[in-house]
Amino acid sequence: MNKKQKNLLIRIIIAAVLWVPLFLIAEDIWKVNMHPVALFAFFLVPYLLVGYDILRKAVLGIKNGQVFDENFLMTVATAGAIALGEYGEGVAVMLLYQIGELFQSYAVGKSRRNITELMDIRPDYANIEVDGELEQVDPDEVEVGSIIVVQPGEKVPLDGVVVEGTSALNTSALTGESKPVEVGVDSDVLSGSINMTGVLKIRTTTEFDESTASKILDLVENAASRKSKSENFISKFAKVYTPIVVYAALALAILPPLASLLLHINVPVDPEYGLWGTWIFRACTFLVVSCPCAVVISIPLSFFAGLGGASNQGVLVKGSNYLETLSEVKVVAFDKTGTITKGNFAVTAVHHSPLDEEKLLEYAALAEAHSSHPISKSLKDAYGKHIDLARVTDYQEISGHGITAVIDGDQHIAIGNEKLMTKVGVEAQPCHHVGTIIHVALNNEYCGHIVISDELKETSKQAMAELKKAGVEKTVMLTGDARAVAEKVAAEVGLTDFRAELLPADKVTAVEDLLKECSDKRRLAFVGDGINDAPVLSRADIGIAMGALGSDAAIEAADVVLMDDDPLKIAKAIKISRKCLRIVKQNIALALGVKALCLILATLGIGGMWVAIISDVGVMIAAVLNAIRCLFVKDL
Amino acid sequence: MKKTYKIEVDCANCANNMEDAAKKTPGVKDCTVSFMTLKMKVEFEEGADPAAVMKEVYANCKKVEDDCEIFL
Repeated sequence: MNKKQKNLLIRIIIAAVLWVPLFLIAEDIWKVNMHPVALFAFFLVPYLLVGYDILRKAVLGIKNGQVFDENFLMTVATAGAIALGEYGEGVAVMLLYQIGELFQSYAVGKSRRNITELMDIRPDYANIEVDGELEQVDPDEVEVGSIIVVQPGEKVPLDGVVVEGTSALNTSALTGESKPVEVGVDSDVLSGSINMTGVLKIRTTTEFDESTASKILDLVENAASRKSKSENFISKFAKVYTPIVVYAALALAILPPLASLLLHINVPVDPEYGLWGTWIFRACTFLVVSCPCAVVISIPLSFFAGLGGASNQGVLVKGSNYLETLSEVKVVAFDKTGTITKGNFAVTAVHHSPLDEEKLLEYAALAEAHSSHPISKSLKDAYGKHIDLARVTDYQEISGHGITAVIDGDQHIAIGNEKLMTKVGVEAQPCHHVGTIIHVALNNEYCGHIVISDELKETSKQAMAELKKAGVEKTVMLTGDARAVAEKVAAEVGLTDFRAELLPADKVTAVEDLLKECSDKRRLAFVGDGINDAPVLSRADIGIAMGALGSDAAIEAADVVLMDDDPLKIAKAIKISRKCLRIVKQNIALALGVKALCLILATLGIGGMWVAIISDVGVMIAAVLNAIRCLFVKDL
Repeated sequence: MKKTYKIEVDCANCANNMEDAAKKTPGVKDCTVSFMTLKMKVEFEEGADPAAVMKEVYANCKKVEDDCEIFL
């Protein structure tokens, strides 16, 4: 709680403590003989204590020509009740209203903090070496080309190139990928990643405003300013709703008594208040209901929580409006490479090996341990375990051929292409698979080959099933690849349709064709890895870029950015948006329904102000709590 | 030219009112106020002086919502 909230809480508690005995006296439950004027004066103490700021704002509002705000409404309503002798009720309404305000301010503040924490990758400082000593400066002040020092445990403040040191970086805040990335001299590093092991000296290549961390933060923060249709609807609604209710209240106070006096129509009259008093009291009750707080607060909060929850799951949605569109997606078009398939090369098969597959991969990975070639990375990934460099001796890289090395002191391994096999004098078996073939010879005997090729993402198949479950009717793959390959992939992952042999420009045409089948409630999403998809991404109703980190074009063109490569996140993003929109609709229906009911009750004189204020605050609390549910999207 | 300012305001409707007030200020081309991030994003008209315009924006916002703050 901040100071303002604590202050309000104390005021509420004191006012409530004062109010209880006064109320008991006023209702004659506690028999104390008190002069009505004295009672009024006593009631004024908790009233002013708890409501003085509301009264002040109401007066200021009138002065500035902003008459119809909730402060004015509460002031008129409570003052009206007090003027009619309902001291207890008038003060209670103010008290409950303030309790509602306090809760709202606390809940919103808390969720705002939670959500921004989820998204926070902002580096606080950069270390610069000045005369041999490290000095912490604002990352904003570091010029391009400066050398900064990043120590283990610190965030990389700016994008740059390593000039000294090696380390492992945790990029999970950027990508959702928890595997550390090894960096050394000349590696590019992105701001927002966390340095884990060694000290790095980095020459910066961007200003802070242009750095990856800033761009992502900017994207997330701007998301809230792209308002959805629902939000715009609500703010327009709030603008007309309040004045309408005020005039209606005025009419309620004046018309029935006038009708009774002039036209002699029978209108209900409460003997306690008299003709005018009855209708003024009902009008005041009407005013209490007229505060649109519940919807006005809960709709943006729902969207914001939805955006925050999504970003925590590695799904950046660029605005509430896109969350809305996403929830209506019925057709999803995919790019193939990098979206459905990995687009990087991985071990897909091991053939003709007399050894265990596992053992062969272990030897291959060990032999390639010192190499930084992409192929060695695939081999190391396939092995997947820690590589003990001490086991490798006599390492030799033969350019254009491969590698020879000795493992565990006695295993002479040669690993590379056919030329290498000929060179070491073993006969290589040809392979009928498509891809890069790595032959292995152990102690001058042929040991089979490893096939490295583009492979399906592990989750592609599951992703299509999930999309279907989420109500997506059509999944189409658009690829430049040969028909046979496309057909195989489409069948394997369970796509409903595919278009093959497309040139990049054809993809736009294909998407336009698909768009013809879509409408306002049937939206088309295009998913690509963002490398050459920018035109298609912007043409679709909603463009989703995958693993788009570092590709500015994709971040610019896409409406939704999936931080990592997992296609499952597409279904997740859709589910998050559906949940969020469902909650928004629930809140609108709940709040407006209860308001309408209360207005009817107030007109009929049922329940009085108690019902009005309790339902008002109650609906607000329920709507805010419901809105916060948007944040919990992890298990969708 | 676009600039973003940190703001402080207590209720969502007040944020909407601030947005309207800012939009009506001369020199402001467009403005969005996000209650959730407590940020005001102002797009200025060509040739407008942001400092002077923001002073006006601040005054106008104060009129519609006394209890607000813009950190210029």
